Amino acid sequence: MNVVVGLTARGLLGRRRSLLLVILPVLLLVLAGLTRWASAGSVTDSANLTGGFAMGTLLPLMCLLIGTGVIGPEIDDGSIVYLLAKPLPRRTILFAKLGVGLAAMLVFAVLPVTASAAIAGDEGLQLTAAYGLAALLAGIAYTTLFVALSVLTRNAVIIGLLYALLWETLLGGFVPGIRDVSVRQWALAPAEALLGDNARAWGVESAVTVPVGLSLLAVLVVGATWVAIRRLQTLRLAAAD
Amino acid sequence: MSDVIHDIGFRRYEGERFGRGWIVRSLLVDTIRGIFGLGRPARSKVMPWLLVAILALPPIVIGLVVLITGADRPPISYTQYLYQLNLPISLFLAGSAPYAVSRDLRHGVMSLYLSRPLMRSDYLAARYAGLAISMFAIMAVPQTLLMIAALLAELPVDEQLVGWAGGLLMSALLAVLLSAFGLAVATLTPRRGVGVAAIITILLVVQGFSFALSGLASEEDLSDLAVVAGALDPYRLIDGLSSWVLGVDAAIGEFAPTAAWQAGVLALAWLLGVLGFGGLLLRRYRNSVPL
Repeated sequence: MNVVVGLTARGLLGRRRSLLLVILPVLLLVLAGLTRWASAGSVTDSANLTGGFAMGTLLPLMCLLIGTGVIGPEIDDGSIVYLLAKPLPRRTILFAKLGVGLAAMLVFAVLPVTASAAIAGDEGLQLTAAYGLAALLAGIAYTTLFVALSVLTRNAVIIGLLYALLWETLLGGFVPGIRDVSVRQWALAPAEALLGDNARAWGVESAVTVPVGLSLLAVLVVGATWVAIRRLQTLRLAAAD
Repeated sequence: MSDVIHDIGFRRYEGERFGRGWIVRSLLVDTIRGIFGLGRPARSKVMPWLLVAILALPPIVIGLVVLITGADRPPISYTQYLYQLNLPISLFLAGSAPYAVSRDLRHGVMSLYLSRPLMRSDYLAARYAGLAISMFAIMAVPQTLLMIAALLAELPVDEQLVGWAGGLLMSALLAVLLSAFGLAVATLTPRRGVGVAAIITILLVVQGFSFALSGLASEEDLSDLAVVAGALDPYRLIDGLSSWVLGVDAAIGEFAPTAAWQAGVLALAWLLGVLGFGGLLLRRYRNSVPL
């Protein structure tokens, strides 16, 4: 298991890839700094930046980069067979890869999002805590979902993007029902509850209630993990593109 | 051509050899066919054609809307169309740019290409041109459909044709810039999936960054900065340029350039982008077998 973790971490962070994982969150922190300078620490503006760009664009994209990066390339070039041929349960392999993905997600996605709320303007770290919680929940769900997707299909990145951007961001704006079926909305529910009366004033709103959001997130994470393990147990390698 | 290794131990070939130009042409055709999955299994056709369908559907809907409502102009102009549908265009770029280069890198066959009368720059030019032509095609076809729909709805012919030509010009500029960027990122990794994710992530995050920056700048009454920040995002860059050069309505009117120097900055950014990414590409392939 430790070997798998080491290999995955090296594949994910080695060479130029880690550069990308660092630069993109830095852009967010720069924006957060500029927002603070421009709006003198207004909590509403901070909530707009974190709720919009950070939660809506950066977090799903970073999770996509990480989630597809931990297992996708190996399936892509077929080197996964050397790993699968080892006397290790497939579920151990998947858990190891998922663990690396979640750890990377924590460092490169959740931490910057949380920090951006704190930098851009906050009142007694309330917003930071709320968005930290939402980012953590959404990050776990996105990463697990994208790891499962990359075991399921070679087009994981594009399908994941169509979901994260077209479905959640674009269509969610037009069709109200879609907002109920969205990782972002589920994860925002506890954040809204955490902020209490301030939530409405700062524009932190979720389309679902806390129990519904949390249970749907749990179902998604457990379901995606199960599907990924099942699929890895019967993985068929298609010819490379 | 005595300096070319033709005899590699297989059956002899005494016929005419077409030479360098023909190889470039073949590589170009192969790139375009591969990007659209022609001559490949159905699995490779799904993504490109799904995205082409997503791009081509709106003009048909718009045409119907114009017919039914009897409007005197389409609800969306040709250049605005490029901005509004930036996501499928980016996805197409992300899908096809790594396809064009990463397989050759992964399988280490660059040295085989270069053992023919083909220069490094020829290889890159063929791949780049194939990608740019494909990108132009997926933008030009929906715009042409939009133009046909507008003409069928009996909108003024000359106005629509001028708008369409302007749209094609801007599509070409956008295709050249996006292809240079996509190919430069794609050559950094021999793994296709990684390239796809990297291209799309960089594009989308930079777009979001540039938009947020403009929003902040306009809040602070720095309208110059708000316009110039659009140079970071290829789609806004083209949107701003078309509103200044062609005089059409910008997709985001509030950040459209209002002074010549602002449009100049956008044009300069375009040029720097193309040259910069092109330079990166050439540098990447300077060694015999880049990895």
